[in-house]
Order: sequence, then C-alpha cells, then structure tokens
Amino acid sequence: MMLLPGLFNYWLVVVLMMIGFYVVIAQGNLVKKLFGLNIFQVAVFVFYISMGKIEDGTAPILVDGEPVYTNPLPSVLILTAIVVGIATLALGLALAVRIRNAFGTMEEDEIDAAEADPS
Amino acid sequence: MITPHLPILEVVLPLVSAPICLILRSAVVAWWMAVALTWAAFAGALMLLGEVLNAGPITYALGGWAAPWGIEYRIDLLSAFVLVTVTAIGSLAILFARAPVAREIPADRVYLFYVMYLLSFTGLLGIAVTGDAFNLFVFLEITSLSAYVLISLGSDRRALTAAFRYLIMGTIGATFYIIGVGMMYMMTGTLNMADLAARLPGVLHLRTIDMALAFITVGLSLKLAVFPLHFWLPNAYTHAPSAVSVFLAATSTKIAAYALIRIIYTVFGGPAVFAPMPIDEMLLGFGMLSMIAASLVAMFQDNMKRLLAYSSISQIGYMVVGLSLGNVEGLAASIVHIFNHAMMKALLFMAVGCVFYRVGSVRLADIAGFARRMPITGAALLVGGFSLIGTPLSIGFVTKWFLLEGALEKGWWPVAAIVILSGLLALVYVWRIVEAAYFRAPAPAVEGIREAPAIMLAPLLILAAINIFFGIDGTLTGDLSIAAAQALVGTSP
Repeated sequence: MMLLPGLFNYWLVVVLMMIGFYVVIAQGNLVKKLFGLNIFQVAVFVFYISMGKIEDGTAPILVDGEPVYTNPLPSVLILTAIVVGIATLALGLALAVRIRNAFGTMEEDEIDAAEADPS
Repeated sequence: MITPHLPILEVVLPLVSAPICLILRSAVVAWWMAVALTWAAFAGALMLLGEVLNAGPITYALGGWAAPWGIEYRIDLLSAFVLVTVTAIGSLAILFARAPVAREIPADRVYLFYVMYLLSFTGLLGIAVTGDAFNLFVFLEITSLSAYVLISLGSDRRALTAAFRYLIMGTIGATFYIIGVGMMYMMTGTLNMADLAARLPGVLHLRTIDMALAFITVGLSLKLAVFPLHFWLPNAYTHAPSAVSVFLAATSTKIAAYALIRIIYTVFGGPAVFAPMPIDEMLLGFGMLSMIAASLVAMFQDNMKRLLAYSSISQIGYMVVGLSLGNVEGLAASIVHIFNHAMMKALLFMAVGCVFYRVGSVRLADIAGFARRMPITGAALLVGGFSLIGTPLSIGFVTKWFLLEGALEKGWWPVAAIVILSGLLALVYVWRIVEAAYFRAPAPAVEGIREAPAIMLAPLLILAAINIFFGIDGTLTGDLSIAAAQALVGTSP
C-alpha cells in the first residue's frame, strides 16, 4: 500500500478534523462554532467508515461468488453516531436561538461582555 | 423471574417512561413516575449488589446475542457500587426536586424537566452497567444531551450560555472518546470490554493504541472536568436550577470517573499500561493541580454554588490522583470517593438549594445569618462542610485515609503533602460559608424566613445521616471499594 493513496482517507480525516476543531476554537459566532463541531464529528464518521473498507470488497450482502466484502460494523456504529450528532446539532442550534433571544446577539465576545455586566 | 433481567430493566424502565411522561404532559404524573422509577432502580441496584457479592460478576447478553458480537451488560463489584451510588442520589434528588422545580421553572415546562431527568438518569445507569465500549459512548451522550437541557432550564439567562459551552466541550470530549474507541477497534476488531482486555496486550506496543488511550483519556477528562479541561463546569453548576445542580454535581462527573477507571483498568489492564504509556504520571500531575488550583479559586468566590462547583473540581482531583497511583489503596480511594463525593456534594447543593428556596439568593452577602432561621439546613451544611474538609469521623476522611495510604505505600511524600494541603484549603472556603451562615448579622433578606419545607428537608436529612454514618463507620464502603479495586488491579484478596 502506497503511503499517500492508501492512506488518503486518513489524511482527509486529519484535515477535516483540524478544520472543524479550528472553527470551534477560533470562531466567535455560536452557529459557526456548531458547524465547526459538526465538521469535526463528520471527520470521525469518515474515519470509522474508512477503517471498515476492504480493497475490492463489495457491499456486505451474502451472495455466491463475492467472498470479499466490507466490514459492516463500523458503518452501523456510525449510524448511531450520526443520530447523536444530529441531536447535538439540533440542541445546540435551539440553544443558540434562545441565547439570541435572551442576549440579542450570537457573538461570543458580546455575550461575555453582557454577562460580565451585572444587570 | 424478573431477577435475571434486572441489568437491562435498570436501563430500559426509565428510558421507556421518559416518552410516556412526555405524552401525558402532566407535571404531577411525571413526578410520581420519576419517584417510583428512581426508587425501583435503587432497589434493583441493591439487589444487583447483593447478587454480585454472593455470586460474582453478572453478565447479560442483550437480545440473546452472545458476548463478543452482541452488546453485553456486565456488572461487577465496581459497577454495582456505582449503580447504588447513582440510584441513591437519583432517588433522593427527585424527592428534593419537586418544590424548587415548581418555583424555578415555568409551569408549562415542569413535566419536560422530569422527562429530561429520567433520560439523564437512564444514561448514567447505562454507563454503569454496560460492558461495551461503544455502548458506553451512546449512554454518555444520552446523559450529556439531557444534562445540557436540564442546565439550560435555569432561570438566569447565563444558564443558556453555560449549557451551550458545556455542549461544545462535552461533544468534543465524547467525540475524542469515539476516536479512541475506533482506533482500538481497528487494531483488535472488537468493542466488548472483556474481549478488548484479552486482545489489547498483544498490540499494546503499537502507536495506534497509544493514540487510542490518549484520545480516550483526554475525552473522558473533559467530561470529568480535570483541571485544565474544567471551564464548562463552574457556570453550568452555578446557573442550573437547584435540583439540577444537586443531581449533576453528584452524578455526572462521578460517572465519568467511573468510565475512566473502567477504560484504564478493565480494558487496558491498569498498571500494565503505565509502563509503556506513562498516563499515570500525567493524570497524577493534573489531579494534584486540580486539587490545589480549584481550591484556591474556590476560596475567593462570593456565590455559594460557584464555590461548591470549584470545590467539585478540587475533589475530582482526589479521584484522578487515586486512580493514577496504580495500587489497590489508591484505586480504592478513587472508588470510595465516587460514593463519598456524590453524597457530600448532593448534601451541600441540597442545603444551598433550601437556602435559595427561602432567601432567593446564593450570594454569601445575601444569606448571612440564615442558619439561625433555618437550623436544620444550617446543620446539614455543616456536616457537608466537614466531609469536604475531610476531618476525622466524616466521609471525606475515609477517602483521605486510603489516598494517604496509597501515596505512602509508593513512598510519594509530596503527593501525601498535597492531599493534606488541599484539605486545609477546603477548610478555608468551607469556613467562609460557615462564618456567613452562623456568625454574621442577618442580612435583610434573611429576616422572617422559615425552615425549608419538609419534602426538601427529608432527603437532606437522609443524606446528612449517610454522611455521618459512613464517616463514623467507613468499613462497609471501604471494604467494598477495596474488594472492587483488588478485582481491577488483579491481586487476590
């Protein structure tokens, strides 16, 4: 297995993960933070699905003459993780809406200023 | 007939009743259901503990699928002990919750509070009983997602931002955890903890496994709020509704400590993994930093809930140091502190909740002199305070004793000194509360208040009794945690 093509998916995972992580840390807007978090989670999904893939493997359906198939378990696990990710994103966005209603802004620095000011 | 299915019933009953409460839309029904279920879960946990003590670990194959392929629930002494702790807190906190929830949360949302409470409770129990690394992640997220909602129900708008920050940090922690689990799966092809434990020694030298352990440790430490990763905790506990502070402060970080012990000791084999990967030294350092730094911050807080939140971080340090010592005494200190800290923090947050219920503030200046008007609450606060400091005859002392034994067995005098120093710092911040409660002239808001209602005092007094009883006679909890630690470290008793 050559280094770059064989590990292409994993390089992709690393890049995606770092993009997501960077957005979570660097962005002040709460909605952008949530999208960064989502990209970060998607990177993990790609990671799981890649590790189950076998070269020249088919879909995991038992048919004659197709002895090599992809490991279905990581994909199934990721279905669960996708559900968790959606729930997290939905809850996060709902909180962002409530925060906007309560503070009148979704920028983190303005919220911090409003919180520090005892009103 | 029911007994063989107890492990799954513990989890499924609250999980199923949460949507039922949602459909019924009645706060009264939801409360009664939550009370019945949490107490039933507590009874079930006691039965499971009894069975584990009699007949050894219980395994339960979910849906009848055999262990390495299906999800396995596995209850050993540690799981049963944590299960009893969590269900005890859950069943006492729900009794306490009724009055403050009715006051702090808008009436049309009260039933939603109990729905979320039941879901969070489900997740906590699931983490304790599961023997599957991925299943643990699912339960971790069930309990965390409902915890974010519970915190956001706080009446202050800062509760919303606190919940949002917790959501970001908690999700990163959980995602780190699944990255680690994925790496372990890549190298071993299994997710079952017992199976992982059997296969990991063969691949322990691989860098992928190093990374897996690193990701899992950092991820769980985020949920656990170890010192540099604690930023979500103080705001979350401060601005959450009183009942939520009681429940979460006593359970959520404790269950993360349990998960960390489970991964490091059951899955990675404990001391065996410390030689190739010195995470014990790392955890020891951060644990001691937690103890000292958080205590120093707690000393300067004027808000009682925030003070207790920082003290939680410092107490989490005890658990982390205990498990990083790698010997039976140290690990037993961690395990017994899961119980002890849950009991003392639930007691303290309940007492503060009672004060808030009557006075309407948790700032030290506003509650000055309340103990003269609310003698029972004041006395309970005092008991909790002594436990926090770890004076002899309090449950905090049991932990300290084990921790000092563990540190001295290794000859680590500085660790022992830090543990004692942290107790002295706790004395300072507990004294600030006691001084305000007993010795200051009553604040205007305190004039004319009465003792808290009986339904709030009952769980408070039960917890105070637990704190006193297990402080005077710590042999029951102590022996249990030593037996659990011996089973984990792998030395015969």
